[in-house]
Amino acid sequence: MTTPPETTTASTAPAPVLAPPRGTRLTLRDASIGRQGTPVLEGLALDIAPGEILTVVGPSGCGKSTLLRTLAGLLPPLAGEVDRDGIPITGPDAERALIFQDDALLPWRTLRANVELPLAIKGVGRRERRARAEGWLERVGLDGHGARLPHRVSGGQRQRVQLARALAGEPRAVLMDEPFGALDAQTRAGMQQLLAEVLRGTGATVVFVTHDVDEALFLGDRVALLGTGTGRVPHVLDVPRPRDRTAHDDPATVELRRTVLTSLGT
Amino acid sequence: MTVRHLLRLLSLVAALGLWQLLTAFDVSVWLRFEQFPTVVDVAREFGERVGSEAYWQDLTDSLSRIVTGFVLAAVAGVAAGTAIARSRLAADLLGPVLEVLRPIPAIALVPVAILLFPSNEQGIVFITFTAAFFPVMVSTRHAVRALTPVWEEAVRTMGGGRWRVLGSVVLPGALPGILGGLSVGIGVSWICVISAEMISGEYGVGYRTWQDYTVVDYPGVLVGMVTIGALGWLTSTAVEVLGRRVTRWLPRTESRAEAPAPRRSPSWGRSLAGAADPGPLTSTKEA
Repeated sequence: MTTPPETTTASTAPAPVLAPPRGTRLTLRDASIGRQGTPVLEGLALDIAPGEILTVVGPSGCGKSTLLRTLAGLLPPLAGEVDRDGIPITGPDAERALIFQDDALLPWRTLRANVELPLAIKGVGRRERRARAEGWLERVGLDGHGARLPHRVSGGQRQRVQLARALAGEPRAVLMDEPFGALDAQTRAGMQQLLAEVLRGTGATVVFVTHDVDEALFLGDRVALLGTGTGRVPHVLDVPRPRDRTAHDDPATVELRRTVLTSLGT
Repeated sequence: MTVRHLLRLLSLVAALGLWQLLTAFDVSVWLRFEQFPTVVDVAREFGERVGSEAYWQDLTDSLSRIVTGFVLAAVAGVAAGTAIARSRLAADLLGPVLEVLRPIPAIALVPVAILLFPSNEQGIVFITFTAAFFPVMVSTRHAVRALTPVWEEAVRTMGGGRWRVLGSVVLPGALPGILGGLSVGIGVSWICVISAEMISGEYGVGYRTWQDYTVVDYPGVLVGMVTIGALGWLTSTAVEVLGRRVTRWLPRTESRAEAPAPRRSPSWGRSLAGAADPGPLTSTKEA
């Protein structure tokens, strides 16, 4: 074969196929999103840089979940453009993993078999995927728990497995829909810490939806604020780094939190 | 052996005793027991038949009919139910025909079976098939529609296509519901095998029972009934056991299975790097 196997699929995509960036650039331009022809958000513009962690806050019903499902490719945009690296998103694929609030693990599969699933879909051999799944379980602090069934472990542990499963597929973007929403405060704080640590190595773009402002400020490089109703362009704030839990009372953080809460109208 | 076990045994013995008394003394008070064989007669007849080759021939004939019809119905019922639940086109094409046919009891199809099929054998299998098909199809359709949508969304965002979703989410997820239909189906199938054999069979437990009745061999009829009951129980239990095996992952409300060791305090909220819980893992086998 003399012709290169796959040339770039769109002119706007960055050229070198040899070393693709780990993170995907996700872009919405004048996009209307919603289900079955009913727009939840209209005229949405958002540019999420490769490797960035964008947290999205807003009251319930403002279209946060719809936004994630659109970015995943599960919902087509009703109007406008939704791109990844300049290529329109036409459907779901392994590049953009979705993490849900709860109950997304297949209950008949053991924790390890759940983590193996994206690898099996990619055609990774049995031994290899078993080893990799064990590795991921270890990274989320669940080594030795692989043989258990999802309903036999706690909600926090299930969410760690979801994280492991999503990352095992080596996605270039991870879309998280209130993943810690069903957890108690203490577990949640631990999970945020874990997430920050685990994500560091992957370089994946992250869109993290939450209704917890502090969580959004702690995790995000930027915070997008979605209002209710249609026709809103989100207000996007930069969060200064470095930050940690002890910076909770830091004047800059307090100021930022106030800004967020004010623009959310609470 | 507890008191309750004793009571249960006593109940059975008493029933048999009553039967023996009523028949041995030819009681006739509105209900007529003069012609009715005694327990001893039936037991003697049973002993003779079990030794004969014809008995086992009938038995295997009936079993092979129900197994063939039921397996075909299970496959076709799951396929049709899944297709109708997942595809609007399939629902529009298959739905109306099946809804029209569904209220017809399978046994009412005997004339149709005789007209359509070249041999009685195939006709009986057809009736067995029809009997089990509808419960399986309906339960599959419901179970597939009731699946948690998040499971499918998760698999699709891992790059899983149609067939992967079907094999990894839809079928395993619907299995508990499908099993309900299979349980009902095997029961109805058995009723229909016996009835169809009585009407048009050559050999088979149902045929033999009816044959004995026409030649006034009443102990033989009772032996046939006992055999039918035993085989019915056997086939239903087989489905039940199989079902429980393949759905061992289901969370059980009564915590019998996990009573002794496994539950230790959940380890969430502990150190994250390596939640130190080397603890007793449940020995649940891998799916």
